[in-house]
Amino acid sequence: MTDKPVMIITGTRKGIGKYLAEYYANKEFQVIGCSRGDVDFELDNYQHFCLDVSDEDLVKNMFSDVRREYGRLDILINNAGIASMNHSFLTPIDTARKILDTNVIGTFIFSRESSKLMKKNQFGRIINFSTFAVPFKLEGEAIYAASKAAIITLTEILAREYTDFGITVNAVAPPAVQTDLIRGVPKEKMQNLLQRQAIHRYGNPEEVCNVIDFFVKPESKMVTGQIVYLGGV
Amino acid sequence: MSKNERIKQVIINSISDVNLNLPKENQLGASTDTVLFGRDGKLDSLELVNLIVSVEQNIEDEFHINVAIADDRALSQKYSPFRTIGSLVDYIDILLKEKLND
Repeated sequence: MTDKPVMIITGTRKGIGKYLAEYYANKEFQVIGCSRGDVDFELDNYQHFCLDVSDEDLVKNMFSDVRREYGRLDILINNAGIASMNHSFLTPIDTARKILDTNVIGTFIFSRESSKLMKKNQFGRIINFSTFAVPFKLEGEAIYAASKAAIITLTEILAREYTDFGITVNAVAPPAVQTDLIRGVPKEKMQNLLQRQAIHRYGNPEEVCNVIDFFVKPESKMVTGQIVYLGGV
Repeated sequence: MSKNERIKQVIINSISDVNLNLPKENQLGASTDTVLFGRDGKLDSLELVNLIVSVEQNIEDEFHINVAIADDRALSQKYSPFRTIGSLVDYIDILLKEKLND
């Protein structure tokens, strides 16, 4: 058991997830992270689970461990996500299923299991990840953007389902951030995308974190079912 | 204590937790015939959700087995396993047997 706020972050092996794990562990949150592979860092206040976020049995076992070890959960950040940037003609069904499993089913399972723990204390914060690719309707990202559109609907509906338990559900939609997710996208295409934003530059993890900090604050208890787009989308 | 008695005790413990948040006239009893949900039931759907989550967690603590009580089969049965304490005991007994045989 711990007096620190307990937070689960999915997809902490690299990118924004890794940044968030380090940021909140250093702020004296007890952070529980997960990813398919092991992480290459060690932190105080950090525990790691290796699992696929869409594997219900493994996820439920993880939540059993969290309940036994910490007795509660305050915050969930559904960061884990995968993408495959390709024309639909060139997108195999296996790839499409993997994207939907990780991005949609993973977010759903973690939200459901988290809220069961959070409701005991009548307090919880769930933060999901959507993307600027949804309103931009980007060609070549049909399945990825569709999965993230589903996240918007999940966020809006779960916000209503969980409100009686004192749990808020919100989403942050980062602009293009230079991580592995966009590694395969041509530079020229990225520049064109940046021009469509009000602020014509890449975002960074600190700016994403700032929005999450706002959602997490106890004073944000009236903020739920909201999607915050960064970069002026 | 037999397995069925242990399951019933788990459910009764969960009912005690749920009763804490119910007005006295809606609080549930502890007999096998106590109606949980449906006609003559006193729980609304949200209170049933609370009860199911509590039972799942208490079953896990008691038997060290993860079960999803509200699975597709439970929701599609002609006679709901959530009707009475007795029917819920029977349903959880089946789920536990299946898990142990996995």
